[in-house]
Amino acid sequence: MSGIADLGGTAGWGRVMAPTATAPVFARPWEGRAFALALVSMSRVSGRNRDAFRHALERLDRDDYFQDGYYGRWLIGAELMLVDSAILAPGAVEARTRRLHGEDVEEPLAPEPNKPDYAPTAAGSLRTVTRPSVFAVGQVVRATGTHLTGHTRLPAYLRGHLGVIELVQPAALLPDTHALFLGENPQHVYTVRFDSRELWGADAELFEVTAELYESYLEPVS
Amino acid sequence: MNETTPAERLPIEGRTEALEQLLTERGLVDPAVLDGFIQTYETSVGPMNGAKVIAKAWTDPEYRERLLADGTAAIAELGFAGPGGEHIVVVENTPTRHNVIVCTLCSCYPWPVLGLPPSWYKDPAYRARVVREPRAVLAEMGLQLPTDTEIVVRDSTSEVRWLVLPQRPPNTENLSEPELAHLVTRDSMIGVAILTSL
Repeated sequence: MSGIADLGGTAGWGRVMAPTATAPVFARPWEGRAFALALVSMSRVSGRNRDAFRHALERLDRDDYFQDGYYGRWLIGAELMLVDSAILAPGAVEARTRRLHGEDVEEPLAPEPNKPDYAPTAAGSLRTVTRPSVFAVGQVVRATGTHLTGHTRLPAYLRGHLGVIELVQPAALLPDTHALFLGENPQHVYTVRFDSRELWGADAELFEVTAELYESYLEPVS
Repeated sequence: MNETTPAERLPIEGRTEALEQLLTERGLVDPAVLDGFIQTYETSVGPMNGAKVIAKAWTDPEYRERLLADGTAAIAELGFAGPGGEHIVVVENTPTRHNVIVCTLCSCYPWPVLGLPPSWYKDPAYRARVVREPRAVLAEMGLQLPTDTEIVVRDSTSEVRWLVLPQRPPNTENLSEPELAHLVTRDSMIGVAILTSL
């Protein structure tokens, strides 16, 4: 899924925001509550995980993703995960919000929870992979043009492009399958370096971009 | 922008309160736990942690070597670890090679050393543009790099997190490690600023 979250290289955003040295961590109290609610919802309450959370964010519509900023999408993404695990009924948050604003609306009954049948094999995302890594530092590789499931960490702007392996990183579970509870599928991870003109054409500024790509995102180039 | 009118859209403050109520009244969430998370990221996890790492690297050559070889372990020596810091790679900015960090897909950021990301880092303009025209983006943010400085943009697409070791500013030879830590800015550790002399 490229989706709403895959912003690299997209146009039409205007100038970047000017950094401010003294901005508070949470600009308004609800942002802190939304942040903390999302953190506890992510695994403890919904039985899901960080990759499923990112997948939830990608499934938000444009307004839900952008209108209330980062913590707005965290809150609405958390709601979506809680509905996915049947902790909340669809419409439950809306109904309660309207009641809080004085409307006399009926609330849906809490459903029977249906959490994913998944227990992590270890804490965090790092995993041991016994098979040797397929690619070596300095090797030229191509980022694949496709992906397997409804979630991926391969940005659209890198797909199909040639890069060079810069570093071999610790192996980790594959977000593409982990997000959808299709298995941890641990893989070697590589920092791959791309030339700006390979990505953006001959008129681009001269620079390099690196990204951490999972082994199944890469193809050898002969 | 084709925006929904406020009348159709649930106000986010109310929506947040509603979710907290729904989870709390069923015993799924303890508001005190939420308070704890908020307080942690407001007071004890932030760029002051990263600044201590950088100041130590500037004053202790062996630590600097360990930091560049295994960022996670060297950062843990100072007691900084936790969510968003499973594997931290530290890269050095030099007069000839400048690293700048982004997460185009969400807003991945090295929480244990920098805290939660600032607004501009999460904003679509930065996420979209810094991998396409970093020189122009850095200039908008007030950083004009020499034309012969190589730029490397680090897009954080996995659980690996990046931290920039900025150049030590000139004329700081006589400063102590804590004094140096006060000079280190969040933005210099992301790579959108460099530290100038006093």
